[in-house]
Amino acid sequence: MPEQKTVATTGNSVVAEAFRQCAPDVVPAYPITPQTTIVEEFAKFVAQGRVHAEYVAVESEHSAMSACVGASAAGARVMTATSSQGLALMWEELHIASGMRLPIVMANANRALSAPINIHCDHSDVMGARDTGWVMLFAETAQEAYDNTIMSIPIAEDPEVLLPVMTCLDGFITTHSIDRVRLMDDESVSAFVGEYKPVNALLDLDNPVSHGNFAGLGGPYFEFKRSQREAIDRSKAVVERVGAAFSELSGRPFGLIETDMMDDAEVAVVVIGSTAGNVRHVAKQLRAEGVKAGLVKIRCFRPFPYAELAAALAGVKAVAVLDRAESFGAEGGPLYLETRSALYDAEHRPAVVNYVYGLGGSDVKLELIRSVFTDLSDIATGTPALHGPVYLGAR
Amino acid sequence: MATLRELSHREDRLEGGHRLCAGCGASIAVRQILLGAGTDPAIAGCATGCLEVSTTIYPYSSWKVPFIHNAFENSAATISGVEAAFKGLKRAGKIPADKKVKFVAFGGDGGTYDIGLQSLSGAMERGHDMVYVCYDNGAYMNTGIQRSSATPKGAWATTSEVGKAQQGKQQRRKDLTSIIAAHGVPYVAQGSISHWKDLTSKAEKAFAVDGPAFLNVLATCPRGWRSAYNKSVEHAKLGVQTGYWPLFEVEEGEWKLSSPSKALIKAGRKPIEEFLKPQGRFRHLLQPGNEELLSEVQADIDAYWEYLLKRCGEL
Repeated sequence: MPEQKTVATTGNSVVAEAFRQCAPDVVPAYPITPQTTIVEEFAKFVAQGRVHAEYVAVESEHSAMSACVGASAAGARVMTATSSQGLALMWEELHIASGMRLPIVMANANRALSAPINIHCDHSDVMGARDTGWVMLFAETAQEAYDNTIMSIPIAEDPEVLLPVMTCLDGFITTHSIDRVRLMDDESVSAFVGEYKPVNALLDLDNPVSHGNFAGLGGPYFEFKRSQREAIDRSKAVVERVGAAFSELSGRPFGLIETDMMDDAEVAVVVIGSTAGNVRHVAKQLRAEGVKAGLVKIRCFRPFPYAELAAALAGVKAVAVLDRAESFGAEGGPLYLETRSALYDAEHRPAVVNYVYGLGGSDVKLELIRSVFTDLSDIATGTPALHGPVYLGAR
Repeated sequence: MATLRELSHREDRLEGGHRLCAGCGASIAVRQILLGAGTDPAIAGCATGCLEVSTTIYPYSSWKVPFIHNAFENSAATISGVEAAFKGLKRAGKIPADKKVKFVAFGGDGGTYDIGLQSLSGAMERGHDMVYVCYDNGAYMNTGIQRSSATPKGAWATTSEVGKAQQGKQQRRKDLTSIIAAHGVPYVAQGSISHWKDLTSKAEKAFAVDGPAFLNVLATCPRGWRSAYNKSVEHAKLGVQTGYWPLFEVEEGEWKLSSPSKALIKAGRKPIEEFLKPQGRFRHLLQPGNEELLSEVQADIDAYWEYLLKRCGEL
């Protein structure tokens, strides 16, 4: 296992470092809080001549992703970063990037969407992009944000996948807090991500191709979409394979989900992102008090690990799903809907309740998490399940 | 510039057999401009629109160069990405340092004057080595002749209708060519499909400069203009002769009237009616009761002509 350097720095800083180590050919980007320091640090690498990438300081996020599409179709390794309104502005292009099967890697600093305007963390932005055909990985910590960024390259560029990958980290909580991170050396990362060998590149001038053709009027649009579905289904095994390989290199485990104290858990919380830390902390306290509490953290949201989640929750009496995003008019938040769906075929379906929490950076205090476990224990012992979603901690 | 003999030996980079209408000005513009690209390899992009849907029906393509269509408003940003890839891959040593490739983005007036203006402005400001070509037929023709900011004042369009309360489009055209010239890019020009020699030489200049260049080309749309499909080139020529569409270029900030338009200083411009008459979209303008609107249209053209002569040092 190669030597790793331990540093104390922010999530954004290590994402920028991972960008540098992955050696993209083009980085088109537009600044937005709280993503800004990723692109600032990368722009510094450009000025210092430490990267060969062409940095395209575009005039909007729509143009950022448009230029990513052009550059990736041309045959370049392309990375970018955004957040919130920026991701929303890219929405049209997110579909085009995946539909054209372009292995672009993008970091997203998870942030609330307007209105009212708010710059703090929630998952409204990324959850709004969940059906755009991107592989989506979520980080709990700065370490995971760094690791996920590196792993995204071989996942996206795998010939069996060829899909864009979004690596999501929580705005401010993970992007801006100082955390302890172990960094790989440049050579190890370089060898791990490998050299990009594009297919159907525009710059392969001897083999001219057309990208983005018209497939309507009875054309094969429907069949293209099926092949996209097959690709993202195949990506699941690739996420696992790349995770296993990076585990060997780094000594850190990477599954589609992470389970903690789930072997004999009676009550469990399903959560995404930085809040997993709070849940783990409370679950440990509760364990000391004799409560059989557990945690399931979703690392890979697209493709969604239905079977893995159902297996993790087998035997649990009551489950709380914590959503840091709304799906207005739906039965609950996006993670809740997926979790319920994952459990539909389970032999013994546990009670599942939904909490919407932390919107717009609303504080996720430990006592709130504790109250969720208390609700679960009540449900496990016969109290009727709440009809959610419950707005956890809303004044 | 290349002679007609030389041009006639160059490969046509937009193949026939596409599904554009008979008399469409867009394909004429593309062929003339790609002839001007010379013999270097080229990569083309195109905004959503007639040109794009009619030339790239899967699994076919009329483009004999690598081609990319992304969306409606981002032809400029997309090609700027392709050009950035070329630079990045050169720096990585994956493309030889002396390799030359031309990058060109096409868009109609809807995709350029309106929805794509920001993307175009950004690409021009960033200084990508690319040529952006607007084929201006004066409306959203692909979706059924809706008005754009390039639609001439008084013209009928399906979103600037003619009726008791309103006689076609109420507003003047946007002067996009001046807007792009104000970006200070090395080369900006206005051309027309009716003046192939002028247009091809402008394309040559546009491709030759190091940095961004912009070409705005008058391209007839017989469907939208409600005009005879076998007279498209003639109708565009009337646009030039009446001063509706002056031919000029801005080379390193220097404004210059091109010879077909410069000749009009002495010979005089034809009255705007000559441009309007063969086009059904202007029929109401020439009917009794609309004299005032018609004289406004003429006055606008006169004022723009004056402005242009001043900028070109002809006054």
